[in-house]
Amino acid sequence: MSVLLNPQLWAGTLSLATPLALPAIGGTFSERTGVVNIAMEGIMLIGAFFAVSFSYWTGSPWLGLLAAMTAGALIAWVFAWAAIRLASNQVVLGMAVNIFAAGITAFLLNTIFGYNGTPPSTASLATITIPAIKSVPILGWFFYQQSVLVYLMLVLVVVSHWFLFHTRLGLRMRAVGENPLAADTLGLNVWRLRYTGVIIGGVLSALGGAYLSIGILNSFDVNMTNGRGYIALAAMIFGKWTPFGSFGAALLFGFASSLSNSLQGNAIPTDLIAMLPYVLTVLALTGIIGRSVAPAADGIPYKLDR
Amino acid sequence: MTPVVRSVVRGLGLPILASLFAIVIGAIVVASIGFNPVTVYGSLLFGAFGNLFSIGATLSGAVPLILIGLGIAIAFKAGLFNIGAEGQYWVGAIASVWVGYHFNSLPGWLHISLALVAGMLAGAVWGGVIPGLAKAYVGAHEVITTMMMSYIGILLAQYMIEEPHAPMRQPGYIPESPMISSHAQLPFLPIKAFVQSQLSIGIFIAFIAAVVVWFLLQKTTFGFQIRTVGYNQRAAKYAGVHVAWYTILALGISGLFAGLAGGVQMLGVAHQLNDSFASQYGYTAIVVALLARNNPFGCIIAGIFFAALSTGGQTMQQVSGVPASLTNVLTGLVVFFVAAEQLIPEIRAWVRRNGKGRKAAGIQEGGKIA
Repeated sequence: MSVLLNPQLWAGTLSLATPLALPAIGGTFSERTGVVNIAMEGIMLIGAFFAVSFSYWTGSPWLGLLAAMTAGALIAWVFAWAAIRLASNQVVLGMAVNIFAAGITAFLLNTIFGYNGTPPSTASLATITIPAIKSVPILGWFFYQQSVLVYLMLVLVVVSHWFLFHTRLGLRMRAVGENPLAADTLGLNVWRLRYTGVIIGGVLSALGGAYLSIGILNSFDVNMTNGRGYIALAAMIFGKWTPFGSFGAALLFGFASSLSNSLQGNAIPTDLIAMLPYVLTVLALTGIIGRSVAPAADGIPYKLDR
Repeated sequence: MTPVVRSVVRGLGLPILASLFAIVIGAIVVASIGFNPVTVYGSLLFGAFGNLFSIGATLSGAVPLILIGLGIAIAFKAGLFNIGAEGQYWVGAIASVWVGYHFNSLPGWLHISLALVAGMLAGAVWGGVIPGLAKAYVGAHEVITTMMMSYIGILLAQYMIEEPHAPMRQPGYIPESPMISSHAQLPFLPIKAFVQSQLSIGIFIAFIAAVVVWFLLQKTTFGFQIRTVGYNQRAAKYAGVHVAWYTILALGISGLFAGLAGGVQMLGVAHQLNDSFASQYGYTAIVVALLARNNPFGCIIAGIFFAALSTGGQTMQQVSGVPASLTNVLTGLVVFFVAAEQLIPEIRAWVRRNGKGRKAAGIQEGGKIA
């Protein structure tokens, strides 16, 4: 029980949830418009790499963040073009992006920065402790010295929910993911809405990657995402393709890994705790816990008669 | 051209074009950072096939890729995407190694068979029974369930050896299981360079497996029904095929081959469960099946191709100084171009449109192309 009173456990929970929640919400945007996205892992890597590089070159981590978002948007745009315009298999494309990203980031790291890794003088994003909630018992633990990206993530959870479920554009994006033919008949531009969803997804995934490289650290390492893009995919599904659900699932998975960090050397083996996100997702998909159902047109290319 | 030749050419066209595109883009990347692409690719080729040792290493690396690729191809034939072969491979490895260092009183051939069967069954359960049942009865998409089960399987294998008192860990500081008994190991091919490069008779298991899969898919009712389910599920159901049953079977056989690959790799090369979790054969094998367009013999060629990229990549890095991760970039591009099969017709249509534009502008068409 004393473990639960350890402030680090809770700060760690929120910190570890952030690089899961951002790509999970990104994936939600993509899949809500009907494009299956398993490329979060690769886009995160790209984001992480460009964030560090530009933070080092310009001396400003904010420009690093901007570069990460731009790179994420670009790679997502290529993915979207092949998925939407060329009607390619989206799962295979996602794999291609993941393999390519793992290769190109390692390749660029070695050719640009050599084999010693990124320079230690790279600037990272600021951390904030809000004085007003610092001494509030539980809340204060959560928010102790968190990166600005953590706060940005929390804002994005709310904004994404509002955007997807309370704006006209959000409704249109969801319509395209459920029944593109009907949406097309009503005069919506199916392709453009899908591009929008995928590219928003790319930007958010890149933010998740940037959080790893210039949020908690100030360096890039080969394959530093270490499967987080796939856990984010699990969080998106476990969260039933909604921003709040994705965030909740990310918090749960973040709590599990933070707990296993705090318990290291103790009772429960870390490998078993690390299984939790995947076990819960299988249970959710098979209807044993809740029931996660994907958007109806998810993964099906929409062909225009031209 | 006879129809058969034409279909073969068409079948080969896309994979070859995709690989060529990737190689050309790779060459541009290499040249842009100031290296000579010919030297770089030359060192890659030499590293993969330059002498008997490297040929042995390439073939040895191809064994798991071919076996897993065959399994993934079967699932693809049934219209199913088994993306979780990596985990099926590892649970197969766990089962085979466990049998491999128990039952030491058994004769060698029986011990080997038992260990491989254990690996196959474990892989089949992991890939087939759980995601298959979930797909057939509650409609859970197999891409997600096999992927999630895969991570559970990989973590299970890590759990078996990583903690100090892990179930399969042998006492000591290194996270590894006991060695499997020597008579349960697959023998190396009896040539010195092949022994050094750890090329076991597993390569023949892979070749035989390709023939078995070809026979199964093309010459049996079972294969016909699997392909029917893959072509058109509704028509298959209407024709009286038990779709749910074939879904479970196809994913199960798919996992069975991944489990077999785990077993063959453990009995033939690793001889114990150790920290080799970065090998990622299960993911590369998906690319193998894609590039082979699910043809069993294509899986052999594609498996050797990707194993060559991996062994040759190391030599390339040492000789030319270009990072070995270039081979991952190439693999990613190959997958992209295989997926984007509409790209070539699109380009052709674009060229045709522009060609018409040029004609209208009164520009002469050059020489050979009428």
